[in-house]
Amino acid sequence: MSSWGSLERFLVTDPLDAGCAKTFDLLDRYVERELAHRDAAAQFPGIAAHLSRCNPCVQDFEGLLAAIAAGPGSVRREKI
Amino acid sequence: MVSSDLTIPEWTAGERSFDPESAAWVQGLVASGPAHDETVVRLHELLLRVARSEVRRRQGQLRIAGPELDDLAHQAAADAVVGVMAKIAQFRGESQFTTWACKFAIFEVSTKIGRHFWQKPTVSMDNEDWDRLPDRFGLDPARIAEWRDVVVALRQAIDDELTEHQRRIFVAIVLDGTPLDSLVIELGTSRNAIYKTLFDARRKLRVSLVTNGYLDDNAVRQT
Repeated sequence: MSSWGSLERFLVTDPLDAGCAKTFDLLDRYVERELAHRDAAAQFPGIAAHLSRCNPCVQDFEGLLAAIAAGPGSVRREKI
Repeated sequence: MVSSDLTIPEWTAGERSFDPESAAWVQGLVASGPAHDETVVRLHELLLRVARSEVRRRQGQLRIAGPELDDLAHQAAADAVVGVMAKIAQFRGESQFTTWACKFAIFEVSTKIGRHFWQKPTVSMDNEDWDRLPDRFGLDPARIAEWRDVVVALRQAIDDELTEHQRRIFVAIVLDGTPLDSLVIELGTSRNAIYKTLFDARRKLRVSLVTNGYLDDNAVRQT
């Protein structure tokens, strides 16, 4: 790796990158898939490509994952 | 009347088909009268709990605590309820309703944190201190002989290839380290629009560096 590897990585763009709007649209399905089967990246490659590069969307993903994974006593018990 | 022991095998609305829990939520929210009001209250309780948890999780990024932090969670929850109600017709039951609704609370927390940084920035925006560029990419000063030409070429490509808008976004995010969600507030646009602008700028800059022989167009996937 060259001494400017971080610069190279920053400049790389992935044509599969779904963007922030599409990622938000699918984030609930992505999180549930990840919690249930651990294969969300394979099922939603465009979302995975985006999450590998967009820190704000990664924060949202990690936040939603944590909220839903909290399970009983938190969100999943929430019934009406 | 919505109750905790409500049993709905399947509920449909148009082409939508929901699990029983999600159906109960949607039915309550689209109802009128006390059932609606009760469901909105429960939705707000849920989203406030999620928002509080999220601000605690991200507390390290903020310079606030205590009541101000809880106020941020309350604002996020309130706006998330508005967002859910505005988009309820778009919920198609492809996930549980609670998962779908909670993402609005998470997103609103991000928005509030972005606004917080915008109101109290750590650096001034649009400050073009290009000497910071190597440090922003973690380039080792001891190896300047190896990367100097690449950085000079990058700087030239920024001037030659980027539009004024792309350059402004690049400077704010890369050079100044402005959080993307703060820039959304600053420019009155969307996260997606900012990201797309920077995405296009990155692609242009890489093409320029590859064309001029500074980077290899090798195995890395590239548009």
